[in-house]
Amino acid sequence: MKKYGTSLAVRRMASWLLFMMIALFIMVPLYALFLATFKDGRDMIQYGLNLSLEWDRMHLKNYGMLFSGSAQRYWIWYRNSMLLTVAQVAITLLISACVAYGFAAYEFPFKNLAFVFVLIIMSIPFEILMLPLYQQINDMKMSDTYTAVLVPFLAHASTIFFFRQYISGIPAQIREAGRIDGATEYGIFFKLIFPIMKPSFAAMAIMNGMNSWNNFLWPLLALRSDTKYTLPIGLNTLITPYGNNYDLLIVGSFFAIIPIVILFLAFQKYFIEGMTAGAVKG
Amino acid sequence: MEERWVDWKQSTLFQNPVHESGVECFETEESMKKFFYSTKAAPFVFICPFVLTVVVFWLLPIGKSVMMSFQNVLQGQDEWIGLRNYRQLLNDRVFRIAVGNTFKFTVGMLLLLIPLPMVLACIINSRILKYTKIFKTIYFIPALTSVVVAGTVFRLIFGEGDRALMNQVLQFFGGESVKWLRLRTTGYVALLILACWRWIGVNMMYYIAGLQNIPAELYESASIDGANGFRQLVGISIPLLKPTTTYVLTISINAGLSMFIESYMLWKGNNSPGNTGLTIVGYLYRQGIEKNAMGYASAVGILLLLVVLAINMTQLYLTGFFRKEENV
Repeated sequence: MKKYGTSLAVRRMASWLLFMMIALFIMVPLYALFLATFKDGRDMIQYGLNLSLEWDRMHLKNYGMLFSGSAQRYWIWYRNSMLLTVAQVAITLLISACVAYGFAAYEFPFKNLAFVFVLIIMSIPFEILMLPLYQQINDMKMSDTYTAVLVPFLAHASTIFFFRQYISGIPAQIREAGRIDGATEYGIFFKLIFPIMKPSFAAMAIMNGMNSWNNFLWPLLALRSDTKYTLPIGLNTLITPYGNNYDLLIVGSFFAIIPIVILFLAFQKYFIEGMTAGAVKG
Repeated sequence: MEERWVDWKQSTLFQNPVHESGVECFETEESMKKFFYSTKAAPFVFICPFVLTVVVFWLLPIGKSVMMSFQNVLQGQDEWIGLRNYRQLLNDRVFRIAVGNTFKFTVGMLLLLIPLPMVLACIINSRILKYTKIFKTIYFIPALTSVVVAGTVFRLIFGEGDRALMNQVLQFFGGESVKWLRLRTTGYVALLILACWRWIGVNMMYYIAGLQNIPAELYESASIDGANGFRQLVGISIPLLKPTTTYVLTISINAGLSMFIESYMLWKGNNSPGNTGLTIVGYLYRQGIEKNAMGYASAVGILLLLVVLAINMTQLYLTGFFRKEENV
């Protein structure tokens, strides 16, 4: 039984060690990326990524290039990504909130069947859908448009699920009071329920925004012309069999992470709530 | 809870759908309007965008894909070939490699990304450490990065030269440089490390959320009875975390089976040496997008879809979803 009697101090030390090691494992690649923003792109091809600090070989040329005129396409991708992210968040939240309200506030035939569909769709990985969807978009002559990028995620299943939980918690009396006051069904939703739902929007806005900002596979298939590229697929095109542009890739990758990390540090609670929403089933 | 809704359409209090503009309407148009504003129609109006999206962008494409999997798809002249695509798939050596890789990867991910996050969450929950908030923040950051960035960083860390980070680590421990991404085993390790780096924090958060549902008194009375941390983990945490584990298990299996972009980024495209990093979805991508063999690729997709659906249905069944929904 002596083995179990390990003192609190020992257990605390062991835990510290474990947590520090994993923290190191997480931070080192990010730190290496940060260092690489000061190094030559050629070094990347030759040496790969490492933690060595060679002051004489490090410089600010990459930053200079990024913020001078020569990295114009990078900022076009950046702007595209931002536009798409904002559009996706606004549309997805609005539509998913409507759908969730439909499920939470009414009884109608086949409701449960329809809701089982939500859950099934939630669970199908997008990778399986990509090929049929790619064809569908081509058949509908929508390829290489932003509509094609946005439209498959209009009604986002996990967002619907999350909102439905939230709306279920709003007392039905509010709806009834609205009806007595003569509001229409749609008036009740937009004027009464929508404002009450606001707190639940933050987490979902962040989750959808992050998915959209980082989405790679679908824009890669849906978009063709490089002026329409989003940041991830733009960065991906910097490495081709015909040439590598690690100068821009590394510093560009670094600046692709920065806005999200800043948002994360400011709204950490909502990020975690949004990312782990799926697990909290009522 | 009084969830009974009254059919307000028949109630005298609610007859006036704001909408009367004074213009004479035809009888039918009027009743259409009334119907649109009724409590019978409203739910369908609300869920109609969802139904449309699902039908147009999920069901139709998947239906077409099922059809194509029985066809030889050529521009303009599709030919029904019955089960030939599927039969060919069973004898396809490269497909077997892809299935093997995917399976190995999924198992590896389950072995690493379930126990470790669970233990980490339990340690945080037990409050023997201070400043855990910093760790939570740090562990979550990789989940914010796009796969493009993460994949690029890890490809360069696992570079072939002596000065790439992983090889420097090996040399530090007295080993020799390895061409990580060229060999089957080391390539597998690299992919697993990338997956761990990205998801360890998120899985830990799932478990932390799950632990918050377990009453603290259970742990208190257990420690009064003399149960130590390990006994509490086995006796209280693991059994009571079963719903969380079921969930994490399902999403991890899904992620493992549909694994693609991580490998795509790590190997700088879909063609890894000796198909070391080829996954099922990678093969689907190769056949469908790169070789334009839509029929054959559809067969791959449908097989994978069936497997995933079976697993998810099992999960829903195990969590008692179907039973619960009947009582709603």
